[in-house]
Amino acid sequence: MKKTYILMAAVLITTLSYAGGYRVALQGQKQLAMGHTGVAVINSAESVFFNPGGLSFLEKKITISAGVSPVFANISFQNSQFGWSTEADNPVATPFNIYAAYKINDWMSAGIGVYTPYGSGVEYPQNWEGSHLVNKIELASIYIQPTFSFKITDKLSIGGGPIFAIGNVNFNRNIDRSTTNVAGERANVTIDDSGVTAWGYSLGLAFRPTDKLTLGLTYKSEMKMKAKDGEAEFRNIPGTAPGNYENVTFNATLPLPAELAVGASYMINNKWLVAFDYNRVYWDAYESLDVYFSNGTASHNPRNYKNASVYRFGLQYIASERFTLRGGYYYDESPVQTGYFAPETPRNDSNNFTGGLTFNISERFAIDAAFLFIHFDEVDASYDHYQENGQNVPFGGTYKNNAFVPSLGVSYGF
Amino acid sequence: MKKNIKLLALLALGLAACQPEFDKAVDESGFYTSGDADLTNYVALGNSLTAGFADGALYIQGQENSYPNIMAQQFSHAGGGEFTQPLMNDNFGGLLAGGTKIADTRRILEFDAEGNPSPVNLDEEPTTDITNAVEGPVNNMGVPGAKIYHLVAEGYGDISGVGDTANPYFVRFASSAGTSVIADAVAQSPTFFTLWIGNNDILSYATSGGVGVDQTGNINPATYGSNDITDPNVFASIYSDLLSALTENGAGGAVANIPDITSIPYFTTVPYAPVPMDAATAAQVNSGYEDYNNAMLLYAGAGLITQEEAQKRQISFQEGQNPVVIVDEDLTALPNPQGGELPKIRQTTQEDLIVLLASSFIGTTVGGDDSQVNGVSVPLEDRWVLTPEEQLLATNAQTSYNATIEALASQYELAFIDAKSMLAQAAETGIPYDGGMLTSTYATGGAFSLDGVHPTAKGYALVANAFIAAINETYSATIPEVNPGTYPDVFVK
Repeated sequence: MKKTYILMAAVLITTLSYAGGYRVALQGQKQLAMGHTGVAVINSAESVFFNPGGLSFLEKKITISAGVSPVFANISFQNSQFGWSTEADNPVATPFNIYAAYKINDWMSAGIGVYTPYGSGVEYPQNWEGSHLVNKIELASIYIQPTFSFKITDKLSIGGGPIFAIGNVNFNRNIDRSTTNVAGERANVTIDDSGVTAWGYSLGLAFRPTDKLTLGLTYKSEMKMKAKDGEAEFRNIPGTAPGNYENVTFNATLPLPAELAVGASYMINNKWLVAFDYNRVYWDAYESLDVYFSNGTASHNPRNYKNASVYRFGLQYIASERFTLRGGYYYDESPVQTGYFAPETPRNDSNNFTGGLTFNISERFAIDAAFLFIHFDEVDASYDHYQENGQNVPFGGTYKNNAFVPSLGVSYGF
Repeated sequence: MKKNIKLLALLALGLAACQPEFDKAVDESGFYTSGDADLTNYVALGNSLTAGFADGALYIQGQENSYPNIMAQQFSHAGGGEFTQPLMNDNFGGLLAGGTKIADTRRILEFDAEGNPSPVNLDEEPTTDITNAVEGPVNNMGVPGAKIYHLVAEGYGDISGVGDTANPYFVRFASSAGTSVIADAVAQSPTFFTLWIGNNDILSYATSGGVGVDQTGNINPATYGSNDITDPNVFASIYSDLLSALTENGAGGAVANIPDITSIPYFTTVPYAPVPMDAATAAQVNSGYEDYNNAMLLYAGAGLITQEEAQKRQISFQEGQNPVVIVDEDLTALPNPQGGELPKIRQTTQEDLIVLLASSFIGTTVGGDDSQVNGVSVPLEDRWVLTPEEQLLATNAQTSYNATIEALASQYELAFIDAKSMLAQAAETGIPYDGGMLTSTYATGGAFSLDGVHPTAKGYALVANAFIAAINETYSATIPEVNPGTYPDVFVK
């Protein structure tokens, strides 16, 4: 009952990106603290996300983890040729995660996860210099993933389950760089749709060749969020401009790309654990953001993303019965290619530093805290595929971004 | 431990507020410099172009996109100060004097049911009344309609002289009834100025189809009519006085020369042969001119006019597009055998420039009489056409003014902007910007607003860039330019 309530509330919350593209790597507080590794780290219900195969290796009967990770993302933009200087005032987003696992018997476990792996929330000042590309975007998706895991041998387990995704999109931009209505207000369009759904699946495999070494492999399928008959509202269009701008709807498809992850963890001794993950995200599914309006017009925005990798490193130290300390680092490659650096997701390669701890209040109950700092190097970049009068008009300058994510969760297990 | 977590959370929140800083931030002082120029108090002098006039009116958006205001925004990166403008009351344009309309609203492009565009006056009532003065002093002192001698004329802002010796736009921000534009400018002790003046000293002659008088040789502007060409010596003398006054306190500045009036859409939009006609109508019209044509040949035979003039004065319509019949005062006066004088009429040639407003006049009838068609059976008056002789007068004055401007710019070591070349480029090849090409084609070219004379905001942005480039060069400054593509062009209703 309570869980349902939390879920309902969560649906109303926007999530936000701060990883390559519009991917959000904040799927569990323990794993986040150690560089968001976890394909081969099996210590809580967070494995529902990180490796469904590993669930049946969990020792406790029931484990539950839940947490929230408010994201404070900052974007600074400037262009020295024209003296432009803009700071995005992004809303604070709150990706969340809830996982539960239940050990049905020695060789079979069931679990469920509700989490937010993709999202974006960027808000520039209205009518800023890049407003023909984006004024504001809010993209949120929630994955609901029931999971089963089976131990095939004492060393090998597999797992997986369907994923049901629910998404929202709200995107506002000016229709071009200069059109206004008679009063001088810039013409713009907002597309809005919510409750977009899609199905996919997740698979995982965990292998423990020795007591100390764990290897893992997971795959999440691509999902296509298809907005159909969403609301498109045109504002400040000149009154006698040719065309119909009343009661317009739109169709658009946004891919949530597939992801493959492999990982290894090694228990150096009873206190120390190291973990490595490698993620490959199949961003090449995102070729173009094409919006088709019911008035016959369309907006084509080539994205041409490339597949990108994330290299993760994590460390865990069990300091005492009460405290477990964690740290990590990961390098996140941007899927954005040269000339496609759109201000809606201005991401270049990033260095990510994480840390955190678990405080065991009792044998059953623990608080998990984590912190992530994302550093993007200053980058000179442009988006060259916006068109005016049939010719490409580049928009660019220097971007510098960062994000701070304090993350707090609780775990319960017995 | 809980305390620690709280502390950690606080720390995290503190860090979260950290906007990333650039290694070299453009908004930090020192990134751009004004070089040898001091931009703290910039004052702009000029006419409608400086005021931000567009679409046949002055209105807030136009003022915000005036080149001095665009420049002042960019100056602010390099030590520029506040820049105030005598903003109008509204975005409609037009003026009231004590509630009576004395200037019309701005023009805007309207599409009819078939999707054909046509410029119309905005259907609004002006709300800017010149009896409500704005609080001065203002940095943008551009006065629509001002000629060079108006800048030094005392009483040019006296409301009682409006319609005669005063200008309603200057009335709005003049410090007193008896002051002059230059006196109010100097009183502000500008550290930097721009001066772009002289356009109206030939433009009003041209736009009126040359009905005014070329006053070359007459050095008393008090005797000039509103459509006259200003004497080049008067121009040179006042221009020198203006620069002398403005630079007195060591102010730097920039000046621009006068573009060719003949390449603006006001003169290039209506073709010289705008009248379509079928063969039957042409024959009918021709019969009406038969006597006149014969008379010309007779007078040529008699040696009263040259064969060349006789040919020039032959009026003939054919099936297809036809030139219009105009009154040309430069033709030889000839006696009419029936008494009086023969009309001085001829048909237009490629060298004639028909004014923009004639497009809605040519082909209309006089009093609904189908045989009295303007431009066909009824010759167009002088004001509708700028003939080659009239163009030459304007060009001669312009050439002289421009020589003066360039020489004085050099003498006073000011930045100089070749606006003439810029406009020539717009008219001939177009000026590329990052979203296309700005040309002088009416309504669709992007460079000129719907009055066919004044630039669009995009055009003004180009002008601002030209000023900025010249200032950067002359004063070793690094003021950033603007992107013309981000400014509007023609407004659609």
